[in-house]
Amino acid sequence: MHELAIAGHVVDIAARHAEGRKVTKVYLKVGHLRQVVPSALTFSFDLVAQGTTIEGATLILEEVPATGRCRECGAESALKTFPFQCEACGASSLEITQGEELYVESLEMEGQEDEKLIAEG
Amino acid sequence: MHRTAVKKVVLEGVLDANDALAQANRQAFDHAGNFVVNMMSSPGAGKTALLEHTLDRTLGKVRIGVLEGDVQTTLDADRLARFHAPIVQVNTGAGFGGECHLDANMVRSGLAELPLHDIDVLVIENVGNLVCPAEFKVGEDVRVMVYAITEGEEKPLKYPLMFRSADLVLVNKMDLLPHLHFDLEKFLRNLDAVNPGVERILTSAATGRGVDEWCSWLTGRHKD
Repeated sequence: MHELAIAGHVVDIAARHAEGRKVTKVYLKVGHLRQVVPSALTFSFDLVAQGTTIEGATLILEEVPATGRCRECGAESALKTFPFQCEACGASSLEITQGEELYVESLEMEGQEDEKLIAEG
Repeated sequence: MHRTAVKKVVLEGVLDANDALAQANRQAFDHAGNFVVNMMSSPGAGKTALLEHTLDRTLGKVRIGVLEGDVQTTLDADRLARFHAPIVQVNTGAGFGGECHLDANMVRSGLAELPLHDIDVLVIENVGNLVCPAEFKVGEDVRVMVYAITEGEEKPLKYPLMFRSADLVLVNKMDLLPHLHFDLEKFLRNLDAVNPGVERILTSAATGRGVDEWCSWLTGRHKD
């Protein structure tokens, strides 16, 4: 279950950026091509976060559908099933433009009103 | 002072830390002149059996080292010990019952025990698992996937991540073809659907079929 290892990395990243503040939400982008099972990841996240400064935070997953750009005609296609094919011309040579994301996008933390000013990313 | 929610934009890749360590491993391998193979498969596909053939046929021609990854036991390393090649066992068993893959840090932990400067080809035998190893770079030059035909034709479609990441697929246990309802052509079509044109060699660790071709592939690529 790679979700457990991924959850461990997410907790590490959140703890480092929170710098001791209480984290309430962790926003994660996950591309469809990553084979991440959302329920397994949220379960693992809660488990790994226990006893850390991230304990109690909610993991919010945003799934990103896969898309690709045709190397023949340049059209963008949604990539749902294999083999990947261009929806416009049927070519099978596509450059994946979206769907391989796996990153912590942002954190929501408890803080002071005046901290809002430094919260811009 | 009023307490409120603060949002901080982070935009940090979940695997960035692993990828940085993999890059460091890669530099160590390059420095020592190692050609590094990340060998992956589901459990029981025949990685170790193929490695036995590989060591048997190539020792004396190419200096092969092996880093064995398993959740528990040194059984695979013990099987390969008779070849007297440099070998180190890395168990992932610590933590939550054992990681299902090797990551860059685990590989790094095993490198100190390997004489990298006396090795031409380093084979990293990953933990048997069709999903997780594909996510974690370890510093390899190529990924070789061992696939047993007993697993059926559909697996490339079910586990595309690993099949997409492979540079070579060894289609193993070909000796069992007469005994199975396995449609080889359909499997190869499924393989091409997720990784068009990926190199493949039909092998059998039981009969030795394809092993020479695989050994040529392996030894022909190492860095001089």
